Amino acid sequence: MKILVTMKRVADPDNANKVKISGDGTQVTSEGLEWKPNPFDEYGVEAAMRILEDGVGSGKLRGEVVVVTIGPEEVTQQIRQCLAMGADRGILVSGDDTKLDAMIVARTMAKIVEKEQPDVVIMGKQAVDGDSNQASQMLAEILGWPQATFAGHVEVPEDLSSATVTREVDGGAAKVKVAFPAVLSVDLRIVTPTGVTNNVATGKDYQEGPRYASLRGIMKAKKKPIDKLTLDDLGVDQTLQVRTVSFTQPAARSAGVILETVQELVQKLQDEAKVL
Amino acid sequence: MGNVLIIAQIQDGEVKKATNSTVTFASEVASHLGGAYSILALGDDLSGQSEALAALGAQKVFLAQADGLDNALAERWAPIIEKVVVDGGFQVVVSPASSTGKDVLPRLAARLGAGMASEVVQVAFNDGKLNYTRPMYAGNVNGTVVIDTPLEIITIRPTEFEAFSSTGASPVEKIDVPQAPEVLGKIEFLGFEKAESTRPDLAEAGVVVSGGRGLKSGENFKLIEDLADLLGGAVGATRAAVDAGYIHNDFQVGQTGKIVAPDLYFAVGLSGALQHVAGMKSSKVIVAINKDEEAPIFQVSDYGVVADLFKALPELVEEIKKVAK
Ligand SMILES: Cc1cc2nc3c(=O)[nH]c(=O)nc-3n(C[C@@H](O)[C@H](O)[C@H](O)COP(=O)(O)OP(=O)(O)OC[C@H]3O[C@@H](n4cnc5c(N)ncnc54)[C@H](O)[C@@H]3O)c2cc1C
Ligand SMILES: Cc1cc2nc3c(=O)[nH]c(=O)nc-3n(C[C@H](O)[C@H](O)[C@H](O)COP(=O)(O)OP(=O)(O)OC[C@H]3O[C@@H](n4cnc5c(N)ncnc54)[C@H](O)[C@@H]3O)c2cc1C
Repeated sequence: MKILVTMKRVADPDNANKVKISGDGTQVTSEGLEWKPNPFDEYGVEAAMRILEDGVGSGKLRGEVVVVTIGPEEVTQQIRQCLAMGADRGILVSGDDTKLDAMIVARTMAKIVEKEQPDVVIMGKQAVDGDSNQASQMLAEILGWPQATFAGHVEVPEDLSSATVTREVDGGAAKVKVAFPAVLSVDLRIVTPTGVTNNVATGKDYQEGPRYASLRGIMKAKKKPIDKLTLDDLGVDQTLQVRTVSFTQPAARSAGVILETVQELVQKLQDEAKVL
Repeated sequence: MGNVLIIAQIQDGEVKKATNSTVTFASEVASHLGGAYSILALGDDLSGQSEALAALGAQKVFLAQADGLDNALAERWAPIIEKVVVDGGFQVVVSPASSTGKDVLPRLAARLGAGMASEVVQVAFNDGKLNYTRPMYAGNVNGTVVIDTPLEIITIRPTEFEAFSSTGASPVEKIDVPQAPEVLGKIEFLGFEKAESTRPDLAEAGVVVSGGRGLKSGENFKLIEDLADLLGGAVGATRAAVDAGYIHNDFQVGQTGKIVAPDLYFAVGLSGALQHVAGMKSSKVIVAINKDEEAPIFQVSDYGVVADLFKALPELVEEIKKVAK
């Protein structure tokens, strides 16, 4: 069993309000902000580990977890973070991450799938910088595989032949069963304590959120292999279908007034805002 | 001449207001392109929605009806939309950024080799090209994109477009639904578990009352519900409240949850993390109740009250009841 997890680096998402737009409006710079794995992709690594682990948090996997990214050389650091969580190896496809669109990402991943022959590809529901929410669905179509997007819960049978996925959709939850090979995209709830059921590692629940790397994990990650490739090596068509022509700052809201009492609030809502 | 195809959003047998917002977008695009817009709806049986769809001023309404289409599997829907797009020679396909739109349209885009822009909030026409503006970085940057493929695929953020009000009666055509593709043998729809709510739809409500981790338990969410019910509003929540199990995930507001823009938004016992603010900052009036005067939510609120919510919420309910009399 092999799981491919895709990972994009993003500027520290908790400080996304500090990204800056260049004077001519053609670039976004995140100078001063730390690069991190896209949170949803970190959740993807966690989900892959939970699917394959032989015991809750054992770190012993019934298969291989491979992390793949497209980005500049420095993304090696975020790959190592994923390896320190327990993934087995990494693939870095070097490319400028501002000269991609979701289709180039999907086409690149399709080439990697051809090489690696994974049983499952786990992706994030969205990259929290581009916020497109497209790449996983595009990849599934290119491969002719089924897709289970926005997965809040995944259950796999002991033989790892399929997944029953609870998808977070408008109005509730949709449950689907996909036969492998398949593409999954993970939503936030996948990293709640019961987000993954693998029918092998029974007993206690997981902790909330993705696991922290242990010191031992960090040491081991330094020795794990990272293959390096280029978009050209893979023969990926790099023509942008979607071109960003400019960036602008959206109008900001300004802080209003602090009121002393609830009575005052009701009066303002009634007389000033006229919303009651 | 370029024509636009709208994918209607139907939920619980109802044509959602998001569809009307999409019509507003589509009619603007069609006027730029000198074309017209049509609507495609997919479902098991659309006889109950046909009239409402025909009242949206479209050149034509296409109905794709077959068993299982209500389940909205992307694998099943994409080839059907493809057929309508190709047969009708459409230039732009658009749907609301609903969970179905987000799931299906990228698959369609890959199928047709078309470029796609998600969650568009504004459209303009420059030098013969459509320019789509869309939020990035949790709404902290707007990117304007152009699509260089002959077919352009879009999801729009319904809160940013007025809902088109109904007129006239368009001709309705039932299309021949193509056979299910092979990949459908690899996915089985097991069921839908509805997030029960007697309140208005979060995405459409005029008032939203959201609670965060400060509520401390699911039972305490009753305080949020009481205020929402008094105002005929919907209930929302932060990720922290959802993850802690206080409330169903369908009610999460934010960058990665629902985008809302009611006339009045109450943010109670939540800090105002940028991921949350991304989903509610277009609300007309924002009220925050938080015991920490430093909470970032006050930076985006029109009115703030620094107070313990367990005291302030019941008081607020009583006070509103008084003035309502
Ligand atoms: C300065 C700047 C300029 C840009 N210019 C353009 C432009 O001209 N046109 C354009 O379309 N976009 C542009 N982008 C955004 C582009 O780089 C996006 O990354 C790309 O369009 C994919 O969309 P997304 O990141 O929103 O992916 P989503 O579809 O939201 O991503 C879903 C999942 O796909 C995977 N994934 C996405 N990207 C990668 C990656 N690089 N490596 C590994 N896995 C990945 C991850 O698992 C992620 O969770 C620009 C960005 C910046 C910062
Ligand atoms: C990938 C990713 C996506 C995310 N997407 C979303 C999203 O879509 N939506 C979202 O909401 N979050 C999202 N988050 C989470 C977000 O970053 C915050 O963690 C979350 O919004 C915090 O929720 P909160 O405000 O309820 O909790 P906290 O930040 O813990 O705030 C609780 C607040 O309650 C106040 N409080 C406590 N007790 C009382 C009391 N008795 N009376 C009054 N006030 C009180 C406190 O002062 C505090 O300000 C996302 C995070 C990640 C990593």
